[in-house]
Order: sequence, then C-alpha cells, then structure tokens
Amino acid sequence: MQFQFEKVFQYWPMILRGVQVTIQLTVVAVAIGTVIGLVTSLLRLSRFKPASLLARCYVDFIRGTPLMVQILLFYYGLPQLLGIKAFDRYFSGVVTLSINSGAYVSEIFRAGIQSIHHGQMEAARSLGMTYFQAMRYVILPQAFKRCIPPLGNEFIAMLKDSSLVSIISLQELMMTGRIIEGHYYRPFETYIVVALLYLFMTTTISQLVSYLERVFGKGDHSKETA
Amino acid sequence: MAKVIIVKKLHKNFGDLQVLRGISCHIAPREVVVVIGPSGSGKSTFLRCLNQLEPATSGEIIINGVSITDPRADINAIRQDVGMVFQRFNLFPHMTALQNVALAPIKVRKLKKAEAEELAMSLLTRVGLRDKADQYPEKLSGGQQQRVAIARALAMQPKVMLFDEPTSALDPEMVGEVLDVIKNLALEGMTMVVVSHEMGFAREVGDRVMFMDEGLIVEEGSPEQLFGSPQNPRTRAFLSKIL
Repeated sequence: MQFQFEKVFQYWPMILRGVQVTIQLTVVAVAIGTVIGLVTSLLRLSRFKPASLLARCYVDFIRGTPLMVQILLFYYGLPQLLGIKAFDRYFSGVVTLSINSGAYVSEIFRAGIQSIHHGQMEAARSLGMTYFQAMRYVILPQAFKRCIPPLGNEFIAMLKDSSLVSIISLQELMMTGRIIEGHYYRPFETYIVVALLYLFMTTTISQLVSYLERVFGKGDHSKETA
Repeated sequence: MAKVIIVKKLHKNFGDLQVLRGISCHIAPREVVVVIGPSGSGKSTFLRCLNQLEPATSGEIIINGVSITDPRADINAIRQDVGMVFQRFNLFPHMTALQNVALAPIKVRKLKKAEAEELAMSLLTRVGLRDKADQYPEKLSGGQQQRVAIARALAMQPKVMLFDEPTSALDPEMVGEVLDVIKNLALEGMTMVVVSHEMGFAREVGDRVMFMDEGLIVEEGSPEQLFGSPQNPRTRAFLSKIL
C-alpha cells in the first residue's frame, strides 16, 4: 500500500483557506453565541415568567435537536417558509452556529450565575443597587471567571461541530476535504490530514484556555482557602 | 418624636409556613433595639423584611415616613437609607476592601471615584482597617471582614442600620472588635436593630430588647427588665438556656 500524501498537499493553499474559514466561523459563532447566551441566561433566570419560558423553549429546542437538522432547516426550510430565495451559505452557517452556540453558552452562564452565593446579590441589593447593577458589578464578574473552562470546552465543541455546515457546501475545512477526496479518491490521506488539522486547532485552544484560567483564576478569591 | 421605623401587623409566609404572625413595633431615632429569640423564631426574617430583602406577605412597614411595603415604593431608594450587615459578611470577593466600600457610592450615589475612595478610606479608618484597604477579603480575618462590611454599609450614609447576627460566624476572639465598632456607632447616635445573642452587648448598648418566638414579639423591655425579671414563661425558658 502506497500513501499518496503529495496529492493532498497539492491542495495545501485550499486546505489552509478551509482552516481559515473554520476558524472564522467558530470565532464569530461563539462570539455571537456568547452575547445570545448571556441575554438568554438572564431571561431564563428572570422572575418574569413569559421571558423565562421563552428562553427555556429556545434552549430546549436547540439542545434537543441535532445541529445538522438545524442547519438544513435554516438553509433550506426557512427560505421555503418565507417564500424567498436561498440565503447566502456563509450567512446561514454563521447564523445557525451562533444560535446553536447561544443555547449551550446560556446554560454555562446560568450555572455560573447560580453558583454565586445568593448572599452576594442580597448584599448588593441592600446597598440600594438595582438588580441589573448587582448583576453587572457583583455577580457577573465572579460568574465569568468560573465560566472560562466550560466556555473553552464550548469553543472546542463548536470548532468540531462547524464541520457539519459542509452539508450545505460551505467550504470550510471539512468541505475542502470532501472536495479533495472527490478528486483523487484518497480518503485516508485526505481525512487524516483534515483530522490532524482539527486536532492541532483544538489542542491549541485548550492550551490557550488553561492559560486564561491561570491568569483570571488569580482573581477568583472565593475559591482559594487560607 | 417621629419614629424611624413603624411596623404594623407584619406577616410573612414561606408557602404554608407562617414565619411572622403579626409583628407590630416602633423604633425611635437613635434607639438601639436588640432582637433575641430561639432559632426559627423569625428574628432574621423580621430584620430582612425591614429592607424588603424578604417581601412582606401582609402588613405595613414605614421607614422615615415612607411606606416600603407599598408596591409603588422605590425600594432601591429606600434601601440606600437602610444599611445591612450580614452574619456571613457577604463581602464582594473580587474587590479589595476599599473597592467593596466605594462601589455603592460610585454606582448608586454617583459619586466621583476619587470622592468615593476618600469616603471609603475614612470609613475604613473609622473601623480600624486603614492599612487593609488594598487587601482582598480572603486575606482578612472574619472580624476584619465584618468590619469592612460595616464600613460598606455606612458608606451609603444610612439612617438606620440592621445587623443580622453580626458576630455569630466569628471566632470568639474576634467578637470583641466587631462589637466595639457597633458600640461606637450607637454612641454616635445611629438608629440600629441588632439580632444578636450577645447578652453583654445587649445590656451595655441596647435601649430595648425584644424577645421573639414563633413569629411574634413575645416580650420587650429595657435590658434590665427583660434579662432581670422576664415576665413571660417562654422568655424565662429561653433565657435560662443561654445565660
């Protein structure tokens, strides 16, 4: 059996372009997902029942259905429903991944916020702060620090899951691999290269996250014991 | 004389559990009231109702002439005048002592940062912790943390201070330093409601002692009366256990 990696590496610029798109998709999706997640977690925790219910429906729907179905539903289903022509692929990918990420991130924030002792909220409110001031200056800064490790995991999961947008032919790393494989029928060489590139990206991120944890962890005095 | 706090038929239920079953009382300016009672008597809940950390189920609470149980009341504005100190301190762990004290003046009173820090520094000096201003709470002893918490509450220049068992989470050797700070506040004329089992403190500083049991004020009077010759059998039974 003769490996023919040179056939794969012929496409190196295209592969790098795929890596770039994958990173872009993931960064943008998690960034937007973080904003959606923060808002959703606050709605979910609010005492205003309709808001909390709405947030819960969103999170349950996203977490209870496969991402691939969500991608297809958005890209093919929604234009049909609205009677418009197809969305841009990149736009669809970013939106679907962001909405998906938002649901998971909101659960991360919810857990982080709930892990802060209720005495913190009471102390802040007893000083005359509004609920939002107490959240902004007292609860969230403490909760964010505790959310860094799970947010890192979410980032890694999103990086891998972004490969699913290849189903709508969005040319990120996975789709690039499928194209190359289609040219030469060298699936092993192609997908092992693709796999190693994903592995390289995910390990880099986890290094980065543990570094961030060390830097920000210093400020989490509630966890340290005398 | 106008009363700082007027409580009328205050009830508080948690589900089916009646924790407060009709509390009525008045507290005068500069008065120091010590609330005692067995655990589960509702004394902490009563205190927490006084700044609506626990919303009252029924009844009325008037502070400085404003009904705080009125649904239209601006509760955030009222709380600025009612300082609270907690059993477990509840300092903000991500901020230094100085930042803990300066936060509410900056965000709520809209003081400039420099002004707020000057105020915070003078309050930390007052509780004897000027040299700890830049320390994070975890580096401070329990007694020091509670003194920072008192300074934090004072930073809003409240007209009333509420203390919820301020020394019961402390090691015995630190109780004195916290009680001294509270005593000085009393001497300066601060109106205070203190839930505490420190009988020596109640005798020395308290103008009035209230004994609560099963959600009611069972007996009240001067410390001499209440500790010296309690009238109610339940008061006597409780005092015999703790004195």
